[in-house]
Amino acid sequence: MISGRGKTNVQDDIAEGRHHNLDRDRFLGRLALMHRIRAFEEEAIAAQKDGLVLGAIHPSIGQEAVAAGVCANLEPADLMLSTHRGHGHTLAKGADPLAMMRELFGRAGGTCGGKGGSMHIADFGVGMLGANGVVGANIPIAAGAAHAQKLQGSRQITVCIFGDGAVNRGPFLEGLNWARVFDLPVLFVCEDNGFSATTRTREMTGGEGAAARAESLGLEAQEVDGNDVVAVDAAARAAIDAIRAGQGPRFLTCHTYRMTGHTAVDPATYRPAQEVDEWRGNCPIARLEVALRLAGESDARLSALQAQESGAMAAIAQAARDTGWPEATDAFTDVQDIGDPRERAF
Amino acid sequence: MAVMTYLEAGRRAVIEEMQRDTSVWALGEDLGRGGVFGQYKGLQEIFGADRIADTPISEACIMGAAVGAAMTGTRPIVEMRFSDFALCAVDELVNQAAKARFMFGGQMRVPMVVREPVGMWRSSAAQHSQSLESWYTHIPGLVVVAPATPADNLGLLKSAIRNDDPVVYLEHKNLWPLEGEVPEQEHLVPLGKADLAHAGGDVTMVTWSGMRHGCLRVAEQLAAEGIGVEVIDLRTLWPWDRDTVFASVERTGRLLVVHEAVAVSGFGAEIAASVAEALHHRLKAPVRRLGAPRIPIAYAPPMEDQARVSDDSIAAAVRGMLEPAAVS
Repeated sequence: MISGRGKTNVQDDIAEGRHHNLDRDRFLGRLALMHRIRAFEEEAIAAQKDGLVLGAIHPSIGQEAVAAGVCANLEPADLMLSTHRGHGHTLAKGADPLAMMRELFGRAGGTCGGKGGSMHIADFGVGMLGANGVVGANIPIAAGAAHAQKLQGSRQITVCIFGDGAVNRGPFLEGLNWARVFDLPVLFVCEDNGFSATTRTREMTGGEGAAARAESLGLEAQEVDGNDVVAVDAAARAAIDAIRAGQGPRFLTCHTYRMTGHTAVDPATYRPAQEVDEWRGNCPIARLEVALRLAGESDARLSALQAQESGAMAAIAQAARDTGWPEATDAFTDVQDIGDPRERAF
Repeated sequence: MAVMTYLEAGRRAVIEEMQRDTSVWALGEDLGRGGVFGQYKGLQEIFGADRIADTPISEACIMGAAVGAAMTGTRPIVEMRFSDFALCAVDELVNQAAKARFMFGGQMRVPMVVREPVGMWRSSAAQHSQSLESWYTHIPGLVVVAPATPADNLGLLKSAIRNDDPVVYLEHKNLWPLEGEVPEQEHLVPLGKADLAHAGGDVTMVTWSGMRHGCLRVAEQLAAEGIGVEVIDLRTLWPWDRDTVFASVERTGRLLVVHEAVAVSGFGAEIAASVAEALHHRLKAPVRRLGAPRIPIAYAPPMEDQARVSDDSIAAAVRGMLEPAAVS
């Protein structure tokens, strides 16, 4: 059975008394992380307008609860794979925001030395095995990482986060089936923001959607409100505990909404303003702040938390601006050992 | 020395490397029953179903999972069954495996070997007969290997498994039963080194894979007529052994490249162009290429043969290169 519920809002949170028994320290940490993600992307969008971010960026503003709720339940040695819209996931897995900002700016000291940019951020040191420029391509790779973990007898697991557009690619079917057949320690997370680039996914998708497809392949699937970090956290924890206990792959759909266009420069005129306003009122950060206030946190503390994260990120953006370019000759390194292009002039 | 077939030599390479390094494993369709040609026969009994893994018919996921597993501390051997089927996994090989090391700034490697049986054997038609090596030599990040003898299949496959970057390993289906002498002790053939298969002073013939054997037959035949053909089997296509090829052409002044693949945009074009650029002043005749016409491979033998480079066409090309240039 697909369990869980769809979209809720802050009134539901209050009516259900969800602030009672809230683990305040845990969720203050999640709130700080969500502010960090939001601040990173707002700085990146501003920097792109200044010509500092050179290639496309795909912001996840409005979707921060998915990254924060899922990754809160991972151990440092667990692995994660992400998408072109991956800044939040990468920060949540523990990557250094300054190295990431330098990567977006194409500067020396970037996460990938300036070779990848936003769509190819990876930080293997924190188990982040890469954003990916090809929709759905991370799914088989994640299955393979989990396959290796199983072969090695590791207790670690792999989390693969992808968007709703990925469910219409073949690797989605192949990768989920693979994980089931080999009983792999992997959590698939469909971060469903409703859009495949600029097209509504439901208009391009047969059947009942991602979770139903996963279930048809034998994966236990759950759907949660992806703007409710408390719900995402609980669902992810249950799934990850089961996976770590050797119960095989799980699937989690988080329903959320992309507050920006597909890229930072997409005005997203293909959707009505009323719809966007409605979702703006359901901001995952604001919702968690309401819950924390009801649980007894002061406005002053919550404001200070936001100010601290945005202030730190402004300093990071400035530091990235002040960093030089990588060496041009780095274009010839890390291609391959045998047949290295530096061995011959071409 | 022991006599063994090209197929058995590849199987021995896998056994030796899996015994040497427990992080090596193989994945592909039907491997538990030996694979489509028997290259993995009995290996599941030796190494178990985890390390000789049967997979769904999911080429994209076989390749993609190998990429993820290679990033996570294992050394997968991917079996693609027929090189034609590997086209279902082009994103995983070209966009992911080949690019990851560079794109992620050298944080890790993708040590995997992709075995793709190539070439024409008997009436296998357009989707089971192709030689697509030039697709891969074009892609930065890939090593491309095409062995032609049992000893080379043993030594090159072992080297490929030990290599830290993705290797596309192209075995020729028509060579599976070919017997040859193979060293009984550890045998490693370095990647990137050609084999000077036949010495001669008049024409340099560069070839690889199945065409090595046609070229050698022609070289023997022409030697009896007093024509010296130097046959160089490249063995590794990327990186190819320029030093050996250039040194030979410096001596002979003539280059003929022979391959089974379609001649247009084939890898022979790269060799011909490189020699023409570097050794133009040494050439006594224009460089020549022999490959298949640009037609899909047909099923019926008379039509299938139209896609083959025959011994006669090789011999005719050599003779043509030795004729005095026509006065224009």
